Amino acid sequence: MQIEIKFNLNGEDVSIMTDPVRRLLDVLREDFKLTGVKEGCSEGECGACVVFVNDILVNSCMVPMANVINKKVMSIEGFKQTKEFEVIEKGFLEAGAVQCGFCTPGMIMATENLLRNISNPSVEEIKEGLSGNICRCTGYQTIIEAVQLTVKDGGELWKSNLTSL
Amino acid sequence: MRINTRKIRTDGKEKIRGENKYLEDLEFKNLYYARTLRSEVSRGIIKEIIYPEIPENYYIVDKNDIYRNEVKMVEVDMPIFAKDQVNYIGEPISLIVGQNKDVIIDIINNTKVIYEELPSVYSMEEAKANNVTIIEKENNEFVSHEFSTGDISSLNNCEIFDGVYETTYQEQLYMEKQGAVGDYKDGELIVYGSMQCPYYVKNALMHATGYNEINTRVIQTDTGGAFGGKEEYPSLMACQVAAATLKIKNPVRLIFDRREDIMYTTKRHPSKTYIKSYVKNNKIVGIDIDISLDAGPYIGLSDVVLQRALFTLNGAYQIENANIKGTVYATNNVFTGAFRGFGAPQSMFALEQHFNQVANKLKIDPFEFKKSHFVKQGQKTVTNGVYVEKIKLDEIADKLEKLSDYKNKMKLLDTEDYYYGIGVSFVPHGGGFTGDGEAEHIKAKVKLKKNKNNTVEILIANVEMGQGAKTALPKIVASVIDINLEDVIYNNPDTKYVPDSGPTVASRTTMVVGRLLYKAAEKVKERFNEEEFIIEENFKAPDYLVWDPETFQGNAYMSYSWSGNVAEVLVDKITYDVTVKNIYGVYDVGYPIDIKLVEGQIHGGIIQGMGMGMMENMTSKNGKIEQNNFEAYSVPTIKDMPHMEFDLVINEYDDGPYGAKGVGELTLVGIPPAIASAIENAVNKEFFKVPVTPEYILEVKEYADRNQI
Ligand code: FES
Ligand code: FES
Repeated sequence: MQIEIKFNLNGEDVSIMTDPVRRLLDVLREDFKLTGVKEGCSEGECGACVVFVNDILVNSCMVPMANVINKKVMSIEGFKQTKEFEVIEKGFLEAGAVQCGFCTPGMIMATENLLRNISNPSVEEIKEGLSGNICRCTGYQTIIEAVQLTVKDGGELWKSNLTSL
Repeated sequence: MRINTRKIRTDGKEKIRGENKYLEDLEFKNLYYARTLRSEVSRGIIKEIIYPEIPENYYIVDKNDIYRNEVKMVEVDMPIFAKDQVNYIGEPISLIVGQNKDVIIDIINNTKVIYEELPSVYSMEEAKANNVTIIEKENNEFVSHEFSTGDISSLNNCEIFDGVYETTYQEQLYMEKQGAVGDYKDGELIVYGSMQCPYYVKNALMHATGYNEINTRVIQTDTGGAFGGKEEYPSLMACQVAAATLKIKNPVRLIFDRREDIMYTTKRHPSKTYIKSYVKNNKIVGIDIDISLDAGPYIGLSDVVLQRALFTLNGAYQIENANIKGTVYATNNVFTGAFRGFGAPQSMFALEQHFNQVANKLKIDPFEFKKSHFVKQGQKTVTNGVYVEKIKLDEIADKLEKLSDYKNKMKLLDTEDYYYGIGVSFVPHGGGFTGDGEAEHIKAKVKLKKNKNNTVEILIANVEMGQGAKTALPKIVASVIDINLEDVIYNNPDTKYVPDSGPTVASRTTMVVGRLLYKAAEKVKERFNEEEFIIEENFKAPDYLVWDPETFQGNAYMSYSWSGNVAEVLVDKITYDVTVKNIYGVYDVGYPIDIKLVEGQIHGGIIQGMGMGMMENMTSKNGKIEQNNFEAYSVPTIKDMPHMEFDLVINEYDDGPYGAKGVGELTLVGIPPAIASAIENAVNKEFFKVPVTPEYILEVKEYADRNQI
């Protein structure tokens, strides 16, 4: 069954005809060619596919399209336009927190989510905040450093930022 | 640019932005999808395959659609599609190809395969017992090797210690699943894929299709992790999509779902190692080792894996008398293959754990005991080769002792809730192919192209798979020629344009290929004022390398990297949950081409080694892998991460670029024994298997407690 589904994608109102049980992940990747959203496990266990839906970080492989009707979806493609992204990007580059890169967009989104909630997280809080994202390459320590560098460099961005919540 | 300037990864930005393209992100016009119909039995004759009615524009691709139904690796014993018999659960029988994935799944679900089941072999013990023979070789043995040094039979009045050490499957679990796309255009067969070895794939394709050098082309796509898992397996998938695309003359894409990938692709070989050691004056003077590996039904790379396991068996130590034996057994389990370390994690776990246990029995501190055995320059390897390079194990041990504060930590006591333990390991890892492999089999060739606009292009078949080749290799070239890093171009290899510089495996990329690029860059520098030209450089073995491939005598490796690790653990007194608090490492990798990249390999290797040592418990029951997703097969998350600290010992290698040696595998190898030894130290019991899970600790503790009563 196909129905019309309207939602806001990365700041733009969009509408598609699709099956409401289709996964948000597939619609983003296949229909909107947003391939920065990765499929690692398809079972909600790896975090490679995370996006924001109404500012809540979700695994898009677990979200049927019916759940995003009239909602705001933001993927890495939207997030990379922001100031926050720039600071996080710099942190990740400096810390050497990227290897194969497959987990990376998800890690970036999870970092944003963490900093929105806790603008100056402790190591334990960073671990908690990124615990839904598997990385098989880096051993995570550089990712923690990346988050710390981000906070050091531009932490005030998140302190003032209660806007979108 | 100078080599010791730290550079930001050249591929960092696009990966952070999600802009680079992995196979699944690429678009192909008129793309067909494929899914594999797999065997449900571990061994049986295919009597009949009953497919449902196949709609128009849907295809079955099977053994009849390929010119030679063999995957060419070292041997050709594995079919691309099952012939008349299947030999493991999940063995591919056919591909169902079409444009709607749901229709394809429907077809698969409605297909019935009728088997005449045959008796199977599910373990190495069953293989040895030989009640059922599953290959055309005696005793289900694919291959067996034996060699020795010194004379163990001459030893007398020794104290004898022995033990049997086991390791289980480990899955690479690269975050990007395996995949390949076949395409056919203007008489040219093109395969795109996530892979480590474009020329392995190309050779396999030519063998399977009868296509030649000119009309077969392989293009590596951005590879989201590999760890050995994308060494040989992509050849199988490439041949399958080639058969499909040649049949339907449209692009065909085969990407596994995660469960398939976990259950049916190659993993680390389960191993069982018997060690008997001869001790005199508190030193191990002789050692008898017998190692067995479970290959599954096809040999694949298993002989090569076994050889690496064997050649490294004196570890970081001098052992004057050794008898070394190893056998690869055939079973009807999933077939096993390359995984970071390639045999060494199995054999080094056994050796290190044995040293630890002997030290404890002799009541000598394991650190001191191991140190007292360190091998030195000029002494002999277990294959009677001579260590020609400087060996700086003493320096490694000194730095490690300081970095970890080992002596004081040894005195730490258990707390009310936890047993505290500390363990140490020292291991080598040989860079490049074993013996004369680089010179006789790989024969690497690299090219550098100087362009009019003063950029220089690296033309090699080695791939970036996360390890940082796209940064390390351009750094070498840029610093030799003295140009900016940005002026060195290094694209994903396309066999149409790049020469065969060999596979991206065996910790050889920086050391071997990097060295060739270094030499080529020197020549480019000399002629830099010329407009446009190409320099080619071929591998030549160093003079000191003596190797007899028949007897396994001589230098098994061109050079060795070394590591020392200390692990500290806390074991919960009630649940036996293990927390790794700290891991310290000191490494001799020659010279670090980029400290951040080396750090990345160290951290990543530690965490994967930790997975092997205490978490990643993959088991097979009646030929079926029992864990098939991230939940059942748990790899370390950020919460499991210990504190990690490392230091380097610089020990430049003459035949490496700027003195660099191998890094990638070494960092994993020492971790499982360091952690297992730490757990032994914590609970005061011996452990013979990794992973050391809470269940295993419980089993060992309870057994011991029962026997005390
Ligand atoms: S793909 Fe969605 S959580 Fe792994
Ligand atoms: S960088 Fe490869 S999975 Fe994280």
